[in-house]
Amino acid sequence: MTTSTIPGPDVNDPIAKEFYAAAATGKFLVRKCTACTRAHWYPRAVCPFCFSDKTEWAEGSGKARIYSHSTMASKADPFTIAYVTLAEGPTMLTHIVDAGEVHIGMDVALTFRQADNGVAIPMFAPVK
Amino acid sequence: MSIKGQAYIVGAFEHPTRMAPEKSSPQLHAEVARGALADAGLSKDDIDGYFCAGDAAGLGPLSMIDYMNLKVRHADSTEFGGSSYLAHVSHAAQAIAAGKCNVALVTLAGRARSEGRSGTKPRVVGSPGPEAVWDSPFRPATINMYAMCARRHMHEFGTTSEQLAWIKVAASQHAQYNPNAMLPKVVTVDEVINSPFVSDPLHRLDCCVVSDGGGAVIVTRPEIARSLKRPLVKVLGAGEAIKGTGGGDIDLTYCGAKVSGPIAFAEAGVKPADIKYAGIYDSFTITVLMQLEDMGFCAKGEGGKFVADGNLISGVGKLPFNTDGGSLCSSHPSNRGGMTKIVEAVRQLRGEAHPAVQVKNCNLAAVNGIGGMLAARHGSATLILERE
Ligand SMILES: [Zn+2]
Repeated sequence: MTTSTIPGPDVNDPIAKEFYAAAATGKFLVRKCTACTRAHWYPRAVCPFCFSDKTEWAEGSGKARIYSHSTMASKADPFTIAYVTLAEGPTMLTHIVDAGEVHIGMDVALTFRQADNGVAIPMFAPVK
Repeated sequence: MSIKGQAYIVGAFEHPTRMAPEKSSPQLHAEVARGALADAGLSKDDIDGYFCAGDAAGLGPLSMIDYMNLKVRHADSTEFGGSSYLAHVSHAAQAIAAGKCNVALVTLAGRARSEGRSGTKPRVVGSPGPEAVWDSPFRPATINMYAMCARRHMHEFGTTSEQLAWIKVAASQHAQYNPNAMLPKVVTVDEVINSPFVSDPLHRLDCCVVSDGGGAVIVTRPEIARSLKRPLVKVLGAGEAIKGTGGGDIDLTYCGAKVSGPIAFAEAGVKPADIKYAGIYDSFTITVLMQLEDMGFCAKGEGGKFVADGNLISGVGKLPFNTDGGSLCSSHPSNRGGMTKIVEAVRQLRGEAHPAVQVKNCNLAAVNGIGGMLAARHGSATLILERE
């Protein structure tokens, strides 16, 4: 299943700017809190768990497992949306690409895809 | 302070239209307000409180109060998506109990059908939230987000498409008696599971309709309610909850009703087993299943067995639901199904539902709404209503 068009996000949020700037260089960042040590998704300046403002970027492993998924049954434009649980802990919304059969629990790995405005978007493909 | 017994729903109206390109959305708001006032036996000048949500154009209450030229001393624009109107009834009861208003009008209206808005398209509601920059590239339409809940429920609990289909079958059994229903034809489990996938595992017939229309209710204090000539429908309890994505700590097996339901039942002092009629938000079949479990009508994971074999069909099963055909078959004005759930519950409690689907001795109803995205951030609001 391929993703034919990816609507580019409007990147104004300062944290998102940093994330997508790194994504443009092939780096997948995960936001972590130094106070409670937990990683969260989506990235925020203030930790959504302990409310500390001591959050920072860490480079993510890009390893994840499918939590749930659904494929739009459009012949012209099928795509598979999914929640994947990152090795770092949090579960994120994404697409599964370059996949035949997809199932819950499947190991997947990060791959970037370019959106229509050029922004690199983190997606996941089955581990071969 | 509890709202138990502090307020009554004295007017309830659903617009008969399902397609109204010739009318504006504010006009539909005004028409449903007229309908609810006529139903209650009240007039426009009696209204001193007004409630609306994101379907109201412009600056919400400011624009709508001005359009209808209301004179109010209390207004509220709580926005929980399609569940807003249940929260509005609760907030109206609170305002009435606090002496802030006497007669509260709640309206919903919109033209999702003539404007071509549907659950297969990305949703645009108001200004983008902080999640938009992270989520929008993945095109979370409504259907695929609800489908992920269904997939996970099937994975964890063995729920089947056949079981989900029974929810649509029950709605269609009821819709055949509603002359305004968009889908009045009775369907079978086979027809549901053989309808094409829209976003798997949800089929076309797992989805609600897209319609124009609207509805309104009027909430007032006990003294005024008793002075009117309508059967008394008392607000017995209410609960609300917002469930989010938990900073990435995602669990799709439950919804906000797990919180809002018990709060409402506790305030009402009744149990799920006491309920004679349930109005359950039915954007998709899976939405109904999860609310039934989380409200406590059955154990978590047992929803599939609970809804099977016609258990939600009036006169057949133990828990008749959505006897107007619900959003699955009748209407889903502005892609928001909360108001119509309240309106049909009021009809049932008054004994004014269609005779073929009227629940006998219907003295206690539970109504639940889910607004937003079941698989992401959503509101849940519960009402317990009693015929006095
Ligand atoms: Zn923290």
